[in-house]
Amino acid sequence: MKTIFLILKREYLVRVKKKSFLVMTFVTPILVSCIWLVPVFFAMRGIDQKKVEVIDENGKFGTTFKDTKELVFKPVNTSVETAKKEFSKSGYDVLVHIPKDILENPKDLKIYAEKNVSLEVKRGIEKAVEQEIENIRLIEAGIDRKVLESTKVDVSSDTYSLSDEGEKDSSSGAATGIGYFCAFIIYFAIFLYGVQVMRGVMEEKTNRIVEVIISSVKPFQLMAGKILGVALVGLTQFLLWILLTFGISTVASNLLGQSVGPQNRMEMMANQTGAAKTPPTEKAKVEQKSSPVASVLKAISTLNVPLIIGCFLLYFVGGYLIYSALFAAVGSAVDSDTDVQQFMFPITIPLVLSFIMAQFVIREPDGAVAFWMSMIPFTSPIIMMVRIPFGVPAWEIILSLTLLIGGFLGTAWLAARIYRVGILMYGKKPSYKELMKWVFYKA
Amino acid sequence: MHILETRHIVKQYAQHRALDDVSIDIPRGQIFGLLGPNGAGKTSLIRIINQITGPDAGEVFFDGKPLGPEHIGRIGYLPEERGLYKKMKVGEQLLYLAQLKGLSERQAMEKLKEWFIKFDIKTWWTKNVEDLSKGMQQKIQFVATVLHEPDLIILDEPFSGFDPINANLIKDEILELREKGSTIIFSTHRMESVEELCDHIALIHRSKKVLDGPKKAIKEQFKTHTYHVEYQGVLNDINPAYTVLDKKPIEDGFLRANIRIPRDAAVNELIRDLIDHVSVRAFGENIPTMNDIFIKAVGEVPN
Repeated sequence: MKTIFLILKREYLVRVKKKSFLVMTFVTPILVSCIWLVPVFFAMRGIDQKKVEVIDENGKFGTTFKDTKELVFKPVNTSVETAKKEFSKSGYDVLVHIPKDILENPKDLKIYAEKNVSLEVKRGIEKAVEQEIENIRLIEAGIDRKVLESTKVDVSSDTYSLSDEGEKDSSSGAATGIGYFCAFIIYFAIFLYGVQVMRGVMEEKTNRIVEVIISSVKPFQLMAGKILGVALVGLTQFLLWILLTFGISTVASNLLGQSVGPQNRMEMMANQTGAAKTPPTEKAKVEQKSSPVASVLKAISTLNVPLIIGCFLLYFVGGYLIYSALFAAVGSAVDSDTDVQQFMFPITIPLVLSFIMAQFVIREPDGAVAFWMSMIPFTSPIIMMVRIPFGVPAWEIILSLTLLIGGFLGTAWLAARIYRVGILMYGKKPSYKELMKWVFYKA
Repeated sequence: MHILETRHIVKQYAQHRALDDVSIDIPRGQIFGLLGPNGAGKTSLIRIINQITGPDAGEVFFDGKPLGPEHIGRIGYLPEERGLYKKMKVGEQLLYLAQLKGLSERQAMEKLKEWFIKFDIKTWWTKNVEDLSKGMQQKIQFVATVLHEPDLIILDEPFSGFDPINANLIKDEILELREKGSTIIFSTHRMESVEELCDHIALIHRSKKVLDGPKKAIKEQFKTHTYHVEYQGVLNDINPAYTVLDKKPIEDGFLRANIRIPRDAAVNELIRDLIDHVSVRAFGENIPTMNDIFIKAVGEVPN
């Protein structure tokens, strides 16, 4: 036990002290934060209003334009030429010229400005003019706009799951998102850290230090120490990623909030924290629908979060262990990078397959395929994580975890048998037949 | 009392028997030369002694008891193929290897200090192994092998990769370790270092032990009862019991001849007979070198 700990400690420290570890650990949260902060930043910047001067030669538009969040319209009665000349002094941001024959040639609308007009402003003006032309034409055809408006409906549904605890709010959207997210993380982590285990084994073998080490410790201890050490590196990295992403996002959104001003900030905070805190009035309900963040948070709150986190950790560790043992066996069997592919392939098949199948399982989380794939230890870490947010009977989870542990013990035994022979074999590339022989060698 | 005894060791690989009924006794406090051509089974035997692999049949005794995990800390092993973690600092690496052999961090630190002063390599402590030259790395690995003061030290080709100065340094260390009571198994192809260092040898050829014993006794066993003489004159009339094997002229009109005498003949008689016939400048016994013995026993040149 003491030797496994010594090996684990070395494996952990060597990796954590690497520059690439530090870079990966700190750059990833910054990138992730940027991915969602940048759109928010730009969305908030667009809020300052533009003053629009309108010259209506047609005469039918007049004062009918409605002001929006981005645009304030002001009709003026000058000719286009004078307006253009005096534009810089007028204090307006944009000048819109509506020609006489706009109803016949709607493409003749002209927009002037000192600087380039942003796409958003251009669209806003076009939309306003479009709507007015539509109105004018509707009136000409004898239809009232209000009648038309009343025919439009907006359908949005809430889903509920019926279980023993009674009717429960559920959100299949959130379940899908969470399930897929967890599955992706596990898939990603198994590859990332499994390959690290393999590289570590190969390094020891090609360095020839392995002979010195296993004259002091048993090959199994060396393999176990390495796998556990890398597992701790993975957990450390993920923990740091979560903490840093959360930290950076909070700090950055606060800074953004300040720059926008107190009122907008309040609005943002309300959107972020969600309507969960506000009383469930009709107004709040409307607000919930308008804010996607709030609705996601609301949906998540309907899921069994402790169960999901608990299962995620178990499947994360279980999936990593089962695959990293195999990766270690591959690392011990080969001499060089070029030989890796041949043995990597059969290991990655179940992993990639379960990731692909996850998309179908999400559509039918209680189907037969979903059930069986969440029982097989090689696919269960990904498939079961996809299913759990939708609700899985306890006995299935327990059975699946038991099989996962059993599967791990099996692969660890197999991998250790190959490993102890492989690390001392140099020269020719072994065949699968040979690997099987190694398994049954007497040590 | 032997520190290590192997009894009828057999090691079988798929199509190849690496060791066939090998029994060797290694006396305590001596330098034991384990010789043999490439592929003879030396490494297989060394791996069994190091408990890296187990024998298919036969037993190994360490200090009179069956070899077991409790003996790992009492053995030090320098493999022929050297290797260290390249991206690890020298100091950290040595501390790690020493701890794997059962030393506490403090003990390891104390002993390392002594060695670093002895070899004058204090500045290497914080260097990465990959920044050291090959010879320097070898030195580090030698320190790692003997740091835990093992009773049995196994050195596989310890001088390869060393320049003559450092090879001498290591040789002196090996002799000093023997003085302190360690037993050393020394596996090599270089017969001149066997000649110089070994007290005892065993020769393995084609998976079998073909020769075993104190170096002196083996030399005695391989004695050919031949003598060489440098002389002036004509050698034809000496006692016909003596066989002149060859003679060839050397400088200054002298000749050199090899003469074999019967097993029970006295050397004095030969000398007397020689003096009667020729004028002798030098005379001596042809003692077989380790190289001769190796070639004779194996029928191959050590490479």
